Amino acid sequence: MKREDKRQNIGFGALLAATLLVVIPVLAIVVLIVAKGWGALSWEFLFSMPRDGMRAGGIFPAIVGTIYLVFISLIFALPIGVMAAIYLSEYAKDNALTRVINLAIINLAGVSSVVFGLFGLSLFVVFLKFGVSIISGALTLGIMTLPVIITTTREALRSVPASYREVSFSLGASRWQTVRHAVLPRALSGILTGAILSVGRVAGETAPILFTVAAFYLPNLPTGLSDQAMALPYHLYVITTQIPGIPESFRYGTALVLIGFVLVMNIIATVIRSKAGKKR
Amino acid sequence: MNTAGEKVKLSVRGLAVSYSAASALRSLDLDIVAGEILSIIGPSNSGKTSFLRSLNRMNELHPHARTSGTILLDGVDIVREISAESLRKRIGMIFAMPVPLPLSIRDNITYGPRMAGVRDTRTLDALVEESLQAAYLWDEVKDRLDMSGQKISGGQQQRLCIARTLALKPDVILYDEPCSGLDPLSTAKVEESMLELRKSHTLVLVTNNTKQAARVGTRTAFFLMGEMVEIGPTEKIFTAPADKRTEDYIVGRFG
Repeated sequence: MKREDKRQNIGFGALLAATLLVVIPVLAIVVLIVAKGWGALSWEFLFSMPRDGMRAGGIFPAIVGTIYLVFISLIFALPIGVMAAIYLSEYAKDNALTRVINLAIINLAGVSSVVFGLFGLSLFVVFLKFGVSIISGALTLGIMTLPVIITTTREALRSVPASYREVSFSLGASRWQTVRHAVLPRALSGILTGAILSVGRVAGETAPILFTVAAFYLPNLPTGLSDQAMALPYHLYVITTQIPGIPESFRYGTALVLIGFVLVMNIIATVIRSKAGKKR
Repeated sequence: MNTAGEKVKLSVRGLAVSYSAASALRSLDLDIVAGEILSIIGPSNSGKTSFLRSLNRMNELHPHARTSGTILLDGVDIVREISAESLRKRIGMIFAMPVPLPLSIRDNITYGPRMAGVRDTRTLDALVEESLQAAYLWDEVKDRLDMSGQKISGGQQQRLCIARTLALKPDVILYDEPCSGLDPLSTAKVEESMLELRKSHTLVLVTNNTKQAARVGTRTAFFLMGEMVEIGPTEKIFTAPADKRTEDYIVGRFG
C-alpha cells in the first residue's frame, strides 16, 4: 500500500514537472519582453514614423503594415479555406481525388515558411508581375495559412453530431440548407479558432514577407495594395541586426507590440466566439 | 390488401438494400395501405430499419448503401419521379433518439417549413400550435416556445420531434423505434398520438417492443435476416401466426 502511494506520487510529480516546464518558457518570454519593452511604449512610439535612421521616433508604419497583411491575407484565406473545408467535410466522397487533396493539405502545412516566401516571390512578384507589394505578401501569407484554416474548420464541422444532419435531411432540407442551418452555426466557434490561429501566424511570420512585401524603411505609409510595406516581425529583425546603436528598449518594445497585437486579436475573436455560442 | 378495395399508399416491389458486401434486405414486396399503422417487428439485423429508411430515401445518405427495386408513393416512383427533399416532406421520420436541433422549440418545429420557403410568421405560428397540440405537448411548453428544444425532458423532446415532423404536413410518418429511450408514461403519450394521427396519416412503426406492435399496429409484419417472413392483421400475427419462426420470436424464444 505504502509503496503504491510512493510510486503514485512520483508519477504525479513527473507529470506536474512536465506541465510546469511548458509554462515556464511562456512566462519567461512574456516577463522578459514586458520588462524590457514596457519603457519604450508611448504614443510617439506607437503612432509616429521612425526618425534618425530608425534610432528614434516610432514604429507606426510597421504596425500599419502588419494590420494590412493580417486582414488582406484573411480576406483571401478565410473564405477559400472555409469553403474548401465545407466541401471536404460535407460534400466530397471518399475517393482518390479527395485523398490526394488531403495529402496536399497536410504537406502544405509542413512546408517551411521561407519556401512559401520563395514561392510567393516567383509566382506573385515575378510571374504575375504584382511586384514587391502588399498584395503579393498577403497572398503568400494567405496560402501559408490555408492549411491551418482548412484543418481547424474541418475539425469544427466534424464535431457537429451526425444526427443533426440526419434530422435536417429528414425534414426535407437540401444538403446546402443542412450545412447552412444545422451544421455551420454549431461549427462557428471552431472556425473562428482557426481564424485566430492564422492571425497569429500571419502577424508573426518573417520569412514569407521577406521577398514579397517587406521594406527595410519607408518614409511614408503605404497608399495601396501595390505598395511595399514595413511589418513588425521584419522591422524587429532589421533593428536588431542591421542598425547599430538602437536603444534596446526599441527592440523589446517592438516585440511587445507584436505579441500585444496578436493578444488583442485573440481577445476580440474570443468575445465574438462566446457571443456566437450564447445565441444557440 | 388492395384486393379489399383499400387505397395503397406505398407500393414496394423487389426492394433490396445492401451495404458494401453485406446484404440487409432481399427482394421485398409489400403494399402499405392508406390510414393503417403497419408495425414491423424482428430481431436486429433483420432489415427492418433498412426498409424504413428506404421509404424516405434516408438510405442514400449512407456512403456505401445500395438500393434497388421500386417504391411508389400514390403511384409515383419516389426515386425517379420526385426529389429526395420533396419526398421527405411527404414522408416524415421519427428517430429512436430524439434529436432536437440546437434551436428554440419554435424554430425546431418551423425548421422544415422554413427550409421549404415558408416565411409568413402567422402561418408559422399557427403551425407551431397545431403541431404541438397534435403531439400532446402544447400545454407543457406553450409558455416557453423560445426556450431551447434541448432543455426539455427526454419524453418531451421526442414529442417535440413528432411535432416537428407533423409541421411538414406529411402523408406518411415513419417511426424508427420511437420509444426505445422513453419511460412508460412518455411511451403511452407517443402511442396515444399515433392512434390519433392514424385518422389522417399512414404510419409505419419499426419496433423492438413486440407489445407495442400489438398495442398500436393495425397490421404487423415480421422481418428476419433480410426477409419478410409474414405479414397480417396484428391480431392474427399475435394469436395464430402462420410461420413457426414468427411464433418463436413473439413468445421470446429468440431475438
